[in-house]
Amino acid sequence: MSFINYSSREINCKIVYYGPGLCGKTTNLQHIYGKTNPESKGKMISLATESERTLFFDFLPLSLGEIRGFKTRFHLYTVPGQVFYDASRKLILKGVDGVVFVADSQVERMEANIESLENLDDNLKEQGYDLKKLPFVMQYNKRDLPNAAPVEELRKLLNPDGNTEFDACAATGEGVFETLKGISKMVLIELKKGG
Amino acid sequence: MDNAQMVMYEEEAQQVTEVIDQLVKEANAKVVFVVDKNGQLISSSGETEGLDTTSLASLTAGNIAATGGLAKLLGEKEFSILFHEGEKDNLHISLIAQRVILVVIFDERSSLGLIRLRVKKTTEKLTEIFESLAKKAASAEAGSSPFAEITDDDIDNLFS
Repeated sequence: MSFINYSSREINCKIVYYGPGLCGKTTNLQHIYGKTNPESKGKMISLATESERTLFFDFLPLSLGEIRGFKTRFHLYTVPGQVFYDASRKLILKGVDGVVFVADSQVERMEANIESLENLDDNLKEQGYDLKKLPFVMQYNKRDLPNAAPVEELRKLLNPDGNTEFDACAATGEGVFETLKGISKMVLIELKKGG
Repeated sequence: MDNAQMVMYEEEAQQVTEVIDQLVKEANAKVVFVVDKNGQLISSSGETEGLDTTSLASLTAGNIAATGGLAKLLGEKEFSILFHEGEKDNLHISLIAQRVILVVIFDERSSLGLIRLRVKKTTEKLTEIFESLAKKAASAEAGSSPFAEITDDDIDNLFS
């Protein structure tokens, strides 16, 4: 949940990047970190294994600017994608304001995408959230790969409700900021409603 | 799980700062900070220059969350105190009112015994503040959010 601090005139929101293992969640954050002005970002923290697989989470604090005299800060987190880290994923979803689902476009990862999306839904329910009511965007990552499934097919399987969606190639940065803007806007609109 | 929005007002922010300023002095601590369970820094006191308090806050919350997960697996409600011992600096982390985390960093100028003693007193004071804050926030009108009035243009301007 967002944290409004009237004393320091700040508002903090938490965005979580979710998705199957190796879909590019950490790569999304790394690109954002690499392309943001030093004054508007904090240190990026990655709790990863020696083989650079996310073990617990990545964390990147970003400040977007001011709205009506309040500094808006977004804390971006990724979850570990591998199936057996489920207990950790649940912890990271606590207090979430918005979710980005990073789908791996490769045909052979379709089952992993579906499994991860169902896992997200289950874990949110456990925390008392409803995926249908939470700010949520879908990112189809790795569009540049030759074995990428057509977007129509991905949409049918992963986004039948027609949530906002973005094509991306996180490795080159294509679509990464569009996704971030998309989810940030939705979170702020939710705040406007009285969150 | 409490999904209510966390709000901090001027009055309570000042009270929290006073309480932790006092803890720094009485416990001979280097740094004290208070973090929301979701990893947002609420207040800090002591030798905070050069310290990445945002990262510390996020990692502390992750630490408490992981420990809470362990407690559940063992059938405990929670482990309310964590202690990390380093060569020079030590970390004492405790959970307050199920909602916020009190972190004390101290070195050889203090001792674990003294920290525990002072933290206990501070916990009572902070519990009071955060309980009254929760009541205040709950009774405030939903429409009183400073963001109720923002326009789509305000939001768009952030990204231009």
